[in-house]
Amino acid sequence: MAEPGAELSAGVSFMSKTTCVAMILAGGQGSRLGALTKKIAKPAVPFGGKYRIIDFPLSNCANSGIDKVGVLTQYRPLELHNYLGTGDAWDLDKSDGGVFILPPYARDKGADWYKGTADAIYQNLNFIDMVDPEYVLVLSGDHIYTMDYAKMLAAHRANKADATIGVFEVPWDEAPRFGIMNTDEKDGRIVEFEEKPAKPKSNLASMGIYIFNRDFLDKYLREDATDENSSHDFGKNIIPTMLKNQARMYSYAFEGYWKDVGTIESLWQANMDLLQDEPPFSFTSAWKIYSNNPSLPPHYLGRDAKVTCSMLNEGSMVMGEVDHSVLFSGVKIGKGARVTNSVIMPFTVIEENAVIDHAIVAQNCVISAGAHVAGAEGAIAVVPEGETITAEQASVGQQVS
Amino acid sequence: MGNVMGIIRLDGANSMLKELCEHRPVAALPIAGRYRILDFAMSSLVNSGIDHVGVLVSKKARPVFDHLRSGKDWDLARHRDGLAYLPNDGENGNTTALAGLYQNIDFVMRSSAEYVFLAQADTVYNIDFRHVLLFHQNTGADITMVYCKAREDLPGEAASMQIAENGKVTDIAKRMTSTKGSNDFMGIYLMRKDTLVKLATSTFERGGNSMLVDGIIRHMDNFSIYGYEHKGFTARINSTMAYFNANKAILNPDIWNELFMSEHPIHTKTKDAAPVQYKNTAKVTNSLIGNGCEIYGEVEDSILFRGVKVAEGVKIKDCIIMEQCKIEPYAMLRDVICDKNVVVSEDQWLKGAENYPLIIAKSTVI
Repeated sequence: MAEPGAELSAGVSFMSKTTCVAMILAGGQGSRLGALTKKIAKPAVPFGGKYRIIDFPLSNCANSGIDKVGVLTQYRPLELHNYLGTGDAWDLDKSDGGVFILPPYARDKGADWYKGTADAIYQNLNFIDMVDPEYVLVLSGDHIYTMDYAKMLAAHRANKADATIGVFEVPWDEAPRFGIMNTDEKDGRIVEFEEKPAKPKSNLASMGIYIFNRDFLDKYLREDATDENSSHDFGKNIIPTMLKNQARMYSYAFEGYWKDVGTIESLWQANMDLLQDEPPFSFTSAWKIYSNNPSLPPHYLGRDAKVTCSMLNEGSMVMGEVDHSVLFSGVKIGKGARVTNSVIMPFTVIEENAVIDHAIVAQNCVISAGAHVAGAEGAIAVVPEGETITAEQASVGQQVS
Repeated sequence: MGNVMGIIRLDGANSMLKELCEHRPVAALPIAGRYRILDFAMSSLVNSGIDHVGVLVSKKARPVFDHLRSGKDWDLARHRDGLAYLPNDGENGNTTALAGLYQNIDFVMRSSAEYVFLAQADTVYNIDFRHVLLFHQNTGADITMVYCKAREDLPGEAASMQIAENGKVTDIAKRMTSTKGSNDFMGIYLMRKDTLVKLATSTFERGGNSMLVDGIIRHMDNFSIYGYEHKGFTARINSTMAYFNANKAILNPDIWNELFMSEHPIHTKTKDAAPVQYKNTAKVTNSLIGNGCEIYGEVEDSILFRGVKVAEGVKIKDCIIMEQCKIEPYAMLRDVICDKNVVVSEDQWLKGAENYPLIIAKSTVI
C-alpha cells in the first residue's frame, strides 16, 4: 500500500500541521555589509522599499503552509526581535505554533554561543523535540527569493530522500564562488559536494536550503557535536559527512530569482533589480511578501517633484527629483534635491539641493542642504544609520563619515 | 485613560453622498488614498488611551465589519474590553443611532468606564481626547461638545453653536449650510457614563429620534454644556463636495503632516501592498499615491488608492481614484471620482467639473 503522501507531485502543495518545522538561521552579523550591520543583524537589514531580508523566508514559510517557524538569533538581535514581535505580520501568531524566537541560552553547565550553523540547530534539538515534526527545513535568513517549500517537500518525499538540498544554477564562471553539488542527471541524486571548486564539475550551487528527515538530522547533529575538530557547519561538516555515509541526498532545482545580499554591492544591485521594466518578481502576485510596518499615509509628491523609474513606500514626502532609486518609509526629499541610483532607508531626510548618487543611505540619516554623497557602480557609497552629512564633508570613498 | 470608553456612530449624511454611499455607510467611505473615514475617530480614541470601543452598527455594515474585523489594527482585539459591535435590529423600523444606543444601553451600563466619548465617524480629524477630558473635568461640564470653526462657506448640514466667553454653549441650531467662522459641532460628545445613559434612555423613551435635537437642543437648560474647540484640521464629510474638497485639502503638506505624521498615527486595516512603482514615463505632481500602484502616465493634483494602474499616455488631474482601478493607455480623467475596480478603457476621456465631479460607480467598465 502506498504511503500517504508518497505520490505527492509537484503540483500538489499541502502541508499538514506538524509535518515540517522551519528553522531560519538569523544569527549572523553579515560583516560584509559593513556599516549597515554595525547595530543590527543582517536579516533585519531593510530591502526593497518596504521589507527586511527576513521577510522573504518568513513569507515563503507562511505561504507554503508552514506554521511553525524557529528563528535562531544571536548577533545584535534587538531590532530583529522587535520587528518579529508576535509574528502576526506573517500570520505566524498562532496559539499552537507560529514564530518562535530562539537565541542561545544558558544551562546548568553554563552557556554556549552558537558556534556554527549546525551547532545552532543542534542546540535547539529540544525545540524540535517539542514541535515533534517529521521534517526539518533549514533556511538562511540572508537571501531574497520566493519559493514554495511545500513543492520541495513533496519532491523530498517522492524521492524517499534522507536530505534534500535546494540548488540554483549559476553562471559557470561564478561556480567557483559557491558550494557546488554534482548530481546524477537522471534523478538529481547528489553524488558529490565541492566547496568553492577551482574546476567545477557542475554549476548547481547550494542555496543553503535543506530539508532533512527529523531523526536522520538529529543523529548527525549529535555525532557532529562530539567532534572537536568540526566547525559545526552544514556546508563544511554535516553535508559532506552525510554524503560520505552514502545517505540518500537529492537536489531540488529552484528556478526563479534568488539573490544573496551579503555585500554592499549585491544589496544595492538587488534593490536596483526591482526597478527594471520587468522586475524579477512581482510583489503584487499571489505570493505576497508580508512585512511589519508602521501606520503611515500614502506618500506625497509635491508640485516640483519628479519621480521616475523608482519605488516609493508610504509616509514619504518628495519635493525634488528621484530617479532609479528605492525610497523606504517616511523619507523626506527636499526641493531641488536629486537622488539617483540609490537606496534611501526609513526616515532619512535629504535636504534641499542635496545630491545622492550610487549610494545606500541607512535609516534616520540627515543629508544636509547642498551636501553630496556619490559613489559609483562597484563602489557604492554608504552612509551608516543615524549619521548627519553636511555639505562640507567630502563624499570620498565608499563609506561616508 | 482606563476610565473612559468610546462609542462611534456610523451614520452620517448618506443622502448627500448618494453614489458614493449606495453600498456603504459614510463612515466606511475610502479617503486619503488609504483610509476609511471612521479610521480618524477610531484612531483618535485608541491613541488617547481608550481601549474599550463600541461601534453602533447601522445598515450596509458589511464593509465596516470587513474593515474593523477584530479591532486588531487598532489594538482592540483584547481579552479585556476591546472592540464591541452594537447592532441595531431596526425594531419598529427605527434605525436611528439613538435607537441603536438605546438597544445597547446595557453595554454602556456594564462598562467600568466613568466617562464616554460618543463620536460620529464621518469626520476627518486627529484629536488627542485626553485634552478634551481635561477640559471637561476643569469646567465641571455635564456635557462637552467638540467643535471647530468652519474654514469656509460649505453646503451641507451643520449644527452651529453659540459659545459664551467662558466656553459655555448657549444655543445650538441645525442649519443646511455652514458659513465661514461658524462654530460647527463635530459630532463628538463627552459626558459621564450615567449622564449618557439617562440622556439616551429618557430621549428615546419620549419618542425622540435624535440625541442632539430631541435630547439636548430641546432641553438645553437641563444641562451645563461646554464647547471644546478643536483647532486642528477638520473636514466633516456631509456631501460629495465636502468629500472632494477634503481629499484635495489633504494634498497640502502641512495638513498631511498634521493628520498623519504626528506621534498619534491614523491606524487602518493593513493590506501588505507593495511600494509604488514609478516607471520611466511617469509624471506625478501634487498627489498622494497609495501602495501597490503602477504609474506609467501623468497624475496631477490627485489621490490614487491602492493598486491603481495608470498606463502610458494617461492624464489624470483633480481626481480621486479608488482601489484597484485600471486606467488604460491615453485615457484622460479630470474632476472624476472613480469608485473601486473601475476600468477606464483606452482613449476614453472623462470630465467632471470643479464643483461637480463625475462619479463612476464601483466596478464600472468605461
